[in-house]
Amino acid sequence: MELLTNQILAGIATGSIYACMALSVVMIYQAIDHLNFAQGEMATFSAFVAWQLMRWGIPYWPAFILTVTISFAAGVAIERGLFRPLANASILTNVAGFIALFAIVNSVTGMTWDFTIKEFPSPFGSSQFLGSELINSHQAGMIGVTGLLLAFLYCFLGFTKVGLAMRAAVSTPESARLIGINVGWMVALGWGLASSIGAVAGMLIAPVVFLEPNMMGGILVYGFAGAVLGGLSSPAGAVLGGLLVGVFENLIGTYVPGAGNELKLPIALALIILVLRFRPDGLFGRNVVERV
Amino acid sequence: MTAIPQTTLTSAKTGKRSGIVRQTSSVLFLLILVLVPLAATNFVTFQITMLLVYATAILALNILTGGSGQFSLGQSAFFAIGAYTCAVLVEHGGVNYLLTLPIAAAVCFVTGFLFGLPALRLSGVYLALATFALATAMPQLLKLGYFERWTGGVQGLVTSKPDAPLGLPISPDTWLYYLTLAFSLAIYAAATNLLSSRTGRAMMAIRDNEIAASAMGIDVALYKTLAFGISAAITGVAGALGAIAVQFVAPDGYTFQLSIALFLGMVVGGVGWLPGSIAGSAFIVFVPNVAESISKGLSGAVFGVLILLVIFVIPRGARQIAEYLQATIEGKRGSA
Repeated sequence: MELLTNQILAGIATGSIYACMALSVVMIYQAIDHLNFAQGEMATFSAFVAWQLMRWGIPYWPAFILTVTISFAAGVAIERGLFRPLANASILTNVAGFIALFAIVNSVTGMTWDFTIKEFPSPFGSSQFLGSELINSHQAGMIGVTGLLLAFLYCFLGFTKVGLAMRAAVSTPESARLIGINVGWMVALGWGLASSIGAVAGMLIAPVVFLEPNMMGGILVYGFAGAVLGGLSSPAGAVLGGLLVGVFENLIGTYVPGAGNELKLPIALALIILVLRFRPDGLFGRNVVERV
Repeated sequence: MTAIPQTTLTSAKTGKRSGIVRQTSSVLFLLILVLVPLAATNFVTFQITMLLVYATAILALNILTGGSGQFSLGQSAFFAIGAYTCAVLVEHGGVNYLLTLPIAAAVCFVTGFLFGLPALRLSGVYLALATFALATAMPQLLKLGYFERWTGGVQGLVTSKPDAPLGLPISPDTWLYYLTLAFSLAIYAAATNLLSSRTGRAMMAIRDNEIAASAMGIDVALYKTLAFGISAAITGVAGALGAIAVQFVAPDGYTFQLSIALFLGMVVGGVGWLPGSIAGSAFIVFVPNVAESISKGLSGAVFGVLILLVIFVIPRGARQIAEYLQATIEGKRGSA
């Protein structure tokens, strides 16, 4: 029983990272109807920025906040510079744009900080959390920070003027424009937020998987799996999907013999295909009907 | 919602003269391809062999995306399956390497077809997502402990280089080159025929408007999976040819980066324009060499910047340049 609780909690901890990735993917998907394949690379880049800031002697939390701010600005800049001009282009062109972004960010990260594995500090340490045997303090920290982030987003998108304007711009761009909302900037803001959420995820998972330019590749696939499971049209669903995927991954790794670490990505792949096969709109998504 | 710009695969009916320009350049190009090994060193011959291998893989992607309007970021996975089928059969089964090519095609066709089945319900971004996951998961699948006896795990497999048959007085590299050239040309001819056949037109109808196509009685599900299967099969043959040429397969040779490269090759060559495949392939074979010579690890960035340049400046890729050149040549001859 203790093993089960232990694994579920550990699953929620990594699941919260997948939830963040899923959420940032869904935020951009909702705004521009495209999947950001470079989300993982952007998050990795942010984690490296944080690492660099700390090497320069800035303490963890100021570096954390600075990184989130930088990532926000970078997200806005990418939208303005790259995807705004592609807004009316075909799906193919947009996919090409994201692939280009993936290749550039990955390569620049590798060139700047090289491909050796680096250690990333955790502000929470790795002792047992409050003396409990179930979970260590970094895992608890991951869950806590993600919880705070989600609470902040919930309040921001639900109760502030800017947040509501962002949602209006995404759900009914035409009407939003008519009541004076600057839809273009709201989309850019969405990019900034998504990029910041990715940065938080990157910084939280880096102490676990170690910092290297390809560290988020697999995690993004899990984020996608979470987003698909929850439904690409539902941010709350994406978060829940991410958590479920985290728990599911840990339980399979523990209880299915032979399904260790090396089967992680194939499992995520199978999950994506199964969900898309049997419930393409995810658990919480809406079925989008298209006019001919 | 059309997935890609409305370009037709068969070129528009142009005058007789443009036909001559096109034919002359095709014949010239073929002649160069046939004569290259006579003048080139073994290494250059090997590089051009790889160029043909990637051109074939890009052609496969072109059939899928340009032909049926579906996306795949998972071509590296099918390339890997083809390569491993070949290497495992040769090394553990003692099968003749020539026989492994059709087997690789069959294995990849079935895999692609089966993968295409759930993908049927997926359009655009979902398909890109599923194939992205496939490409990311493939190296890990190949490393799996269960298959290590056959695949060699992380180490991969080394295969031996086949000699020219019948005691032909040519080097193994040259023999492999001609073998690859023969297969690439055959596949190219088959692909051209396929796309101008009933099947090809059905695929293009689906690409242009799926709902209209199904209203016209086209079995959308069948043709979409068929396109996926055919594309996978051709990619598999390319992978197998690549494995024979390189004499080595390893999981890390078939990462998502390979998918990016093939995708870039298609975009650079012009989506839906089959001759562009070879231009795109030349691009992905030679540009990284140049980029790596400037700075290690630079090739990804160069790839990315070039994709952006192409989609912003010449959205139809090499096709646009070819048409421009053709128009210029004809213009000069016309005024002379």
